[in-house]
Amino acid sequence: MSDRTTKRLSELAKTVRSKNAGVDRITFDIIFNDRDNYEMVKRSGVINRESVAKLYRIDPARITDFVTYDPAFAIKFTILRSRPSGSAGDGDIFGAQQYAPLLDFVIPLD
Amino acid sequence: MSSSSGSTLRFLCPNGHLGFAPIKVGSFDLGVATKPDFILADSGSDDIGPGPLGSDTSTSPAEWQRHDLEKMLVAARRLGVPMIIGSAGDTGSNSRVDLYVQMIRDIAAEHGLAPFRLGYFYSEVPKEYLRKRMQAGDAVTGLDGRDDLTPDELEATDRVVAVAGVHPYIELLNRGAEVIIGGRSSDAAIFAGPAIRAGYPENLSYYLGKVLECASFNAEPYAGKETVIGEISQEDVKVTAMHPDQRCTVASVAGHAMYERSNPYFEHVAGGTLDMTHCHYEQFDPKTTRVTGPRFEPSEHVRVKLEGSGKVGERFMGFAGVRDPYTIERIDEVIDWAKQQVVERFGDPATGGYELHYQVYGRDGVMGDLEPLRDQTGHELGIMVFGVAPTAEMAEELTLTGTRQMFYARLPDVKGTAGGVAFPLDEVVRVGAAYRWTLNHTIGVEDPMELFDLHTTEVGASTPAGTGAARSPEVTR
Repeated sequence: MSDRTTKRLSELAKTVRSKNAGVDRITFDIIFNDRDNYEMVKRSGVINRESVAKLYRIDPARITDFVTYDPAFAIKFTILRSRPSGSAGDGDIFGAQQYAPLLDFVIPLD
Repeated sequence: MSSSSGSTLRFLCPNGHLGFAPIKVGSFDLGVATKPDFILADSGSDDIGPGPLGSDTSTSPAEWQRHDLEKMLVAARRLGVPMIIGSAGDTGSNSRVDLYVQMIRDIAAEHGLAPFRLGYFYSEVPKEYLRKRMQAGDAVTGLDGRDDLTPDELEATDRVVAVAGVHPYIELLNRGAEVIIGGRSSDAAIFAGPAIRAGYPENLSYYLGKVLECASFNAEPYAGKETVIGEISQEDVKVTAMHPDQRCTVASVAGHAMYERSNPYFEHVAGGTLDMTHCHYEQFDPKTTRVTGPRFEPSEHVRVKLEGSGKVGERFMGFAGVRDPYTIERIDEVIDWAKQQVVERFGDPATGGYELHYQVYGRDGVMGDLEPLRDQTGHELGIMVFGVAPTAEMAEELTLTGTRQMFYARLPDVKGTAGGVAFPLDEVVRVGAAYRWTLNHTIGVEDPMELFDLHTTEVGASTPAGTGAARSPEVTR
């Protein structure tokens, strides 16, 4: 729940998206409109390898990359798929709808 | 916008995946009016799943492919500048290159275009080549945590393409090609090749390719299939949106470096790695962003990426809905019952040689094992059933069993005893065969050209428009 001291990530980020990065990985981009929100979310420490692994219920070893990217005010991470894209049983060939749980990260305001 | 001069070259890109959706002609025409030096587009992607490569088909309709090729070819020939297409027909397989070569011939004949030289190259790698290399002790190295390729995995593969770097493009330009149809290629190489050949630094040339490959995805507001132009000099790359309402901003251009990549700082191609760590972005004019500082690190030994797809089996699909909250709570028991009926008929999936998948929409159908909210089911569920087997007959029967038997699941206290699920269809339907990505690997090469088979041919007004012929006589392979 957000109150006056917190906001959801969906209220702070301009773009939250997921997409294939090759056939074995899905990459996630969280992009902010301006440096202020970007830096605040970074400072909060809420979004990191461990919290993301916990959210998606995966072993942190499946997160292959986790970077902050100042030129685009972005936080970006990449996970290994449990099976390659488009295999029978894969519900998201493009990996395009895997970001939704990120929207509800609760970020404390400075 | 600066005009073409001896000190810069301007590259027009109208589409990030030619054929997947048609280009928007308004911004294309605006871009062409500025007289670019090259017109280029990538036409492939491994995003579309393993089916097209395995079955050697396109996921893009021929009509859309032809539409874009026609716009680009007619404009390029009118301007007298090279037109370059990479990864023909979604997969860049040999048949897709032939398909585009024939389309180019047909379009040229229909428009009565003056003769020009067409260069094309094939990217398919014969399995026998890989078998011999593996027997000689050369590793086919797995990417993204995959094991090295095994003989069994190679046998399970139907088709392999190698992902070309700049080398075939440079060589075909050296041979005088004015139009190039490429097999599977790194997106960035399509643009970097001609820039490097013209004497621009590798650092900037590869960045130019990286930033242009998806056309207007590097601009804002978001809009696909609109034209952008990249201009390279000895010092910088400038990228400009052609659509009247789109702009290439620092945020949109820098942001594009992240798109579809594990890491926004590095891009690997055959021959080296583009390092964008020290890129500097500045707004040059309202529609243009200027970029400096990318670096290209050539690799000591060239490794070429391989993509391979193998058929798993024929596939059928069934569907069922559930509304009873008691049944929804016990949906795994319902599915287990149906699976057990399949096991009784065909044995375990491993011994029976089949796959049976259930996707439970309303619970975790979209995200599967990544879904954090799988305990919060909806008030109704939709269950998609996929059965995969060596023959269509078996796939149909096991999918029908796996779907219909949910109707008969034996839940102890269910109130509704006249049928456990709702069927929108009382049949199962055949869908495309199931394939899987068997290769996401690399192989070392002595010569970066050795996996690619290059050809040139003259296309002229005298060439008859081939309507049905898949290959023209000049295509000798």
